[in-house]
Amino acid sequence: MAEKNENKVSFKIDGRSYEGVKGESLLAAIRRYGYEVPSLCYHEAVSSYGACRLCLVEVQEGRRRKLTTSCNYPLQDGIEVFLDTEKVVHNRKMVFKLLLAMAPEAQSVRELAADHGVIDTPFEINKGNKCIDCGLCARVCKEIVEADAIGFSGRGLSKQMVSPYDEANEACIGCGACVVVCPTDCIGMKEENGIRSIVRWHRDLPMKKCKVCGRPFAPTFQLNHFADQIKIERSFFDSCQDCR
Amino acid sequence: MGTSIRKAEDLIKYRQRLLSSRGADEQWVTVCTSGCSAYGANKLIPAFLESIAKRGLAEKVRVKATGCHGFCQRGPLVVIQPRGLFYQQMRVEDVDEVVEQTLAKGEIVERLIYKEGELQSFEQEEDVPFYKNQMRLLLKHNSNIDPTSIDDYIGIGGYAALANVLGKMKPEEVCRTIKSSGLRGRGGGGFPTGIKWETCRAAPSEDGVRYIVCNADEGDPGAFMDRALLEGNPHSVIEGMIIGAWAIGHPGRPAGYVYVRNEYPLAVERLGIALNQARESGLLGKNILGSGMDFDIRINKGGGAFVCGESTALMASIEGHVGEPRAKHIHTVESGLYDKPTNLNNVETWANVPLIINQGVEWYTSIGTGDVSQNPWGGSKGTKIFALVGKVNHTGLVEVPMGTTLRKIVFEIGNGIIGGKKFKAVQTGGPSGGCLPESKLDLEVDFDALSEAGSMMGSGGMIVMDETTCMVDVARYFIHFLADESCGKCTTCREGLKQLGSIIDRICDGKGKDGDLELLADLSQTVSEASLCALGQTAPNPLLSTLRYFKEEYQEHIHDKKCRAKVCKALISYSIVSENCTGCMICAKKCPEQAITGKKKEVHVLDDAKCIRCGICMDVCTYDAVRVD
Amino acid sequence: MDTNKLESILDRHDRDPAALLAILQDIQAEENYLPKEDIKAVAKKLNLPLSRIYSLATFFSSFSLEPRGKHICTVCMGTACHVRGASSLVDHIGRELDVQAGDTTADMQVTLETVNCVGACAMGPLLIMDGEYHGNMTVSGLDRLLKPFTKTKE
Repeated sequence: MAEKNENKVSFKIDGRSYEGVKGESLLAAIRRYGYEVPSLCYHEAVSSYGACRLCLVEVQEGRRRKLTTSCNYPLQDGIEVFLDTEKVVHNRKMVFKLLLAMAPEAQSVRELAADHGVIDTPFEINKGNKCIDCGLCARVCKEIVEADAIGFSGRGLSKQMVSPYDEANEACIGCGACVVVCPTDCIGMKEENGIRSIVRWHRDLPMKKCKVCGRPFAPTFQLNHFADQIKIERSFFDSCQDCR
Repeated sequence: MGTSIRKAEDLIKYRQRLLSSRGADEQWVTVCTSGCSAYGANKLIPAFLESIAKRGLAEKVRVKATGCHGFCQRGPLVVIQPRGLFYQQMRVEDVDEVVEQTLAKGEIVERLIYKEGELQSFEQEEDVPFYKNQMRLLLKHNSNIDPTSIDDYIGIGGYAALANVLGKMKPEEVCRTIKSSGLRGRGGGGFPTGIKWETCRAAPSEDGVRYIVCNADEGDPGAFMDRALLEGNPHSVIEGMIIGAWAIGHPGRPAGYVYVRNEYPLAVERLGIALNQARESGLLGKNILGSGMDFDIRINKGGGAFVCGESTALMASIEGHVGEPRAKHIHTVESGLYDKPTNLNNVETWANVPLIINQGVEWYTSIGTGDVSQNPWGGSKGTKIFALVGKVNHTGLVEVPMGTTLRKIVFEIGNGIIGGKKFKAVQTGGPSGGCLPESKLDLEVDFDALSEAGSMMGSGGMIVMDETTCMVDVARYFIHFLADESCGKCTTCREGLKQLGSIIDRICDGKGKDGDLELLADLSQTVSEASLCALGQTAPNPLLSTLRYFKEEYQEHIHDKKCRAKVCKALISYSIVSENCTGCMICAKKCPEQAITGKKKEVHVLDDAKCIRCGICMDVCTYDAVRVD
Repeated sequence: MDTNKLESILDRHDRDPAALLAILQDIQAEENYLPKEDIKAVAKKLNLPLSRIYSLATFFSSFSLEPRGKHICTVCMGTACHVRGASSLVDHIGRELDVQAGDTTADMQVTLETVNCVGACAMGPLLIMDGEYHGNMTVSGLDRLLKPFTKTKE
């Protein structure tokens, strides 16, 4: 019981009192109570990164008040959070304008921006780009799938998410988790002629055909990887999940 | 060299032995091989050794390759010790004469002496006005000691502070002393060192591990103070760190790192030699000076990334990751390198520590500004080394008490603007700082005064600019520098700098439009308020300070398509001055675009359409026949 | 790189992933750049993801993934050197040797690199040719320095 109390903290959002767990992501705590704060690079299943800068809030710690991203702010006892102050709204709109210029092809960014009153951008457009360098794909690949097949190359403006040397990486098992988590749908996955392709990483993997129904259901490489990891016979995956 | 130093008494005895074994007529020649190597100073070393040997003086005269002496404008610099005779602009051809006249006969070679005007010559290093107007507490030893000799360091009193601290002063007492001295971070942050040490000491560590880190990733372009300390007196930094380990990490398991830029190979080499010597003497390793503390220091070389000067990025790099900073809601003094309490200080900060221990708080607080008797934030104490460069007559390293005015540094020590041109601005604080105009010249340089004026002290870079510097171009330079060095993680810094660069490029290309300045200011605000780390947060400073003090230049670029400093290529044009042109054809030959035509002895013509504004024609013309508008 | 040599580099750093930066620096010191096979070998031998090594190799400016020339010419682009015309020097070298900053001449003789300040600010503009520092560099000084390399072009 004592341990539980040590970890419980009290804090305020826009003047109202709430409880949370010490050290948890402030953004997660805020959303748990039904408040809306936009974000693109945050996902509760992986570590926070703080890249997109959309989840800005103002936090009062004692006498100090600061503007900060909430995804990577560890919840502490006694803080006061302010959600839509002028400072927050103004900066968030500017971030949207930067994102619109960076990734004009990203429909989801356009929609989220419009929800927050930003329709166009005064900045120079980076034509044809969809990726917002949020890093979610790499974090999911590393922390959940544990394949660690992709990563950022370069830095600053040359920073790009790639498969090393922009070639297919044999560490990639073709699971498609990156595609699912990408907020702008810029990675691309195709299944044609029994081959699954993760487009952005140039990974083409032949799919295993179900022994029973004949449907190609998952890349052979991926199935073998899972079987080896959890130490079962590879033949377990000879039939698809529906027929098993 | 060196000896086994197991306790404080060993050190005292060794120093006495070193000093008494020195011959009464022993001399040593100190040659700066730091920045002066760019003037060919390295060749002076073998030249001296050969000439000295030839005259049979090798037993009585040593030759030392030292760190930066400071008066870089007049390099190669050579000082004859122990008399302190100052020779400047020395060439290999002068060596024999110096050995013959000065070392053998004690006479002065007049043409190598520093002179001002016709009558004033200054033979003694300490009398040279450039040095006399400084307070060289940290740098003065650079023209005296061999940085690769622990004996030299011990000979000037080195490691005495350590011997008085380890096992003799309580760690908490050492922290209090540093706090009372008012020492504040010299890397630019200006955070009170003593408070940092106390906080780190108090941070819990289950296994007692605490890290002592020296930030030697001096990345500000135009700054080379730390380079001079590491190449000239590495032991002073090491001694500071061992004292820090005691103050912060004892009892416990302190461990040290020095993170040096890989662009400083000489600093890495000399620091490595110094560390080995300290180990061999027992001043690093197990049970130092019988105190019960084990401590050693490793060197990590950077990989060419300015952002690794940011403390969390630096630590990520030591851990073998890319230098991406993290948010500092939890400070590194509590959880830093490998999640352990970590105390990081700049090179110059560490070098101040033995000084404070040796000379005491009362003496140290008598130097500088403000009042730190209640708390160390109350003033700026001690000296600061500045790298005075750019359009100033006397470029080099300048060490002055905090509170010295910009005017004194630029005009008295720096001797004013080259070619008698008009002072325009001085840029301080590197890419995180700002440009200050003439109206601010009487500012007393310290941590707080500079911030109020829209700049900051930063690590110590001081770049002087004159009427031939375009302030818009300066802002552009810094924005592109930071865009290149940004780690790229956060949108505001990465995309923000890109767009700021894009707008300012347009302005310099003559394509500026109404609304550009407002957009620059607006975007700058977001970049500084919403970026993750100090690189992004301070990135707009050069731009904002130039907008504040030099707005007319921006407006001229945008509305009049004019660059008054004649720097921005799209806004200038070159032409031949027919009255002066002698038709020598040199410019025509050198022009990379063949834009100049004309026969021998005939006035040449410059085709503006082909001209790429490289300026080569103006550089090579000896008749003043090329002009730029 | 010969596999024994690579092994000794890894052993020199206790095969510690924290020392990856130093390991890559040692490899580049040997090979003049970071060969793909060596990067892949390091990943395999230390049982680390290739993506991590690749991120490191591309994040830090001092590394080159492309083979570099026999001679490395580095121009300092620090502020002090900039106000004294460093970019004109880069342009000039580019014209004379037909090479862009960051690239190598077609005959693999010279690699032109830029660096953000080497700390010799009082003698700008500064150029480093094969480890030797040249201060107060001018266009005519450049012409002399580049002579051995421009001859082959004409």
